[in-house]
Amino acid sequence: MEITTNDIYQWLEEVKDPEIPVLSLVDLGVITDVKLNGKNVFVEMTPTFVGCPALDMMKGDIVEVLEKRGLKVDIEVSFRKPWTSDSISEKGKAALKTFGLAPPPSAQNLFTDIDILEHVPCPRCNGTDTELKNPFGPTLCRSIHYCNTCKEAFEQFKPL
Amino acid sequence: MNELALKEFLYKVADDQLILGHRNSEWTGFGPLLEEDIAFSSMAQDKVGQSQALYEILHALGEQNPDTVAFMRNANQFHNCILAELPNGEYDFSLIRHFLYDTALAIRFEMLSTSAFKPLAELATKIRGELKYHTLHANTWVKQLGSATPESIQRLQKSLEYALPFALGIFEKSPYEDEIIKSGIFAGEEVLKSQWLRKVEEIIAQTKLQLPDTSSMNPVEGGRVGKHSEHLQPLLDEMSEVFKIDPTAEW
Repeated sequence: MEITTNDIYQWLEEVKDPEIPVLSLVDLGVITDVKLNGKNVFVEMTPTFVGCPALDMMKGDIVEVLEKRGLKVDIEVSFRKPWTSDSISEKGKAALKTFGLAPPPSAQNLFTDIDILEHVPCPRCNGTDTELKNPFGPTLCRSIHYCNTCKEAFEQFKPL
Repeated sequence: MNELALKEFLYKVADDQLILGHRNSEWTGFGPLLEEDIAFSSMAQDKVGQSQALYEILHALGEQNPDTVAFMRNANQFHNCILAELPNGEYDFSLIRHFLYDTALAIRFEMLSTSAFKPLAELATKIRGELKYHTLHANTWVKQLGSATPESIQRLQKSLEYALPFALGIFEKSPYEDEIIKSGIFAGEEVLKSQWLRKVEEIIAQTKLQLPDTSSMNPVEGGRVGKHSEHLQPLLDEMSEVFKIDPTAEW
């Protein structure tokens, strides 16, 4: 049977973000184009953050998963369609929350309304009695918050 | 488009980010509190990553690969402003430098998001979003510490007065300034400087700090044409030490 780009996207579901293993690259929204020509596949991707150190690992994982299916893979990193946190799928956002990481709110009004960083809903209790502790966290894409109800810290996938 | 002018422009922006990124990384393990340790380390990672993406654009224009460009040049081949290479000093100086520098950088990338040079415009559209977190961080701390205790106010004031002439050196004009403006690569250092000054005034006005009159100040220039302070070469020696042991090593 002939391979379609849909198959490629399905196979790419196997490739997870190395720093957030519940999220596939497809759900993360970093795959911006797939083109198929016989056994040659071209994948265009874009990093979440320009300095993301996981990029090379992601590229390696993509090649591995597709070569396993007998394809020849060419990957291009491009900023043609820059990634924003709104590129994360609804399925991806739900997976983040289950993982204990607050999903990003819409990035559209981020910089007119800084409050959306201040009172991020806690992924455990859903309460908004929370505080921003640090716009920078353990990875470039996470910020650190504190929930006054749970009396515990949590992280958020940053809106961008 | 004048390619020499374009390359010179890309080098100066990339070098600024690499050198200040390296300085920020020197706070790793030494931050005054854990949050600040993480913040400066994260900004270091952003800046070095952004410099790499700019060096990639230069590579596509025929320059050497990013590692070679970053690690194998001498101080007089770097185009960063002198502000970026100054030692970290105490936290008050690092914070004021971060504030003055990143305010300018955020505006520069906002302007570059409409550059006539498309690869740069696309990258700038991405980077300007990331920089909002850098300016958010700087503004928050300048506002807090600039209004907190007599000691914090006095320290920031002193650092502000020391850093300003160096900060004005960010806007040192390139030898190709007119070409860069005419070809639509960038609207120019003068435009950037006036927007920067307005933003700096706006933040400082929300503190107990006094902004000295910059119009009568002599900017510390030279960095853009490779004339640096004595601090750059030791930084480069340290940054490239491991790379130079075996430039062909696979990482």
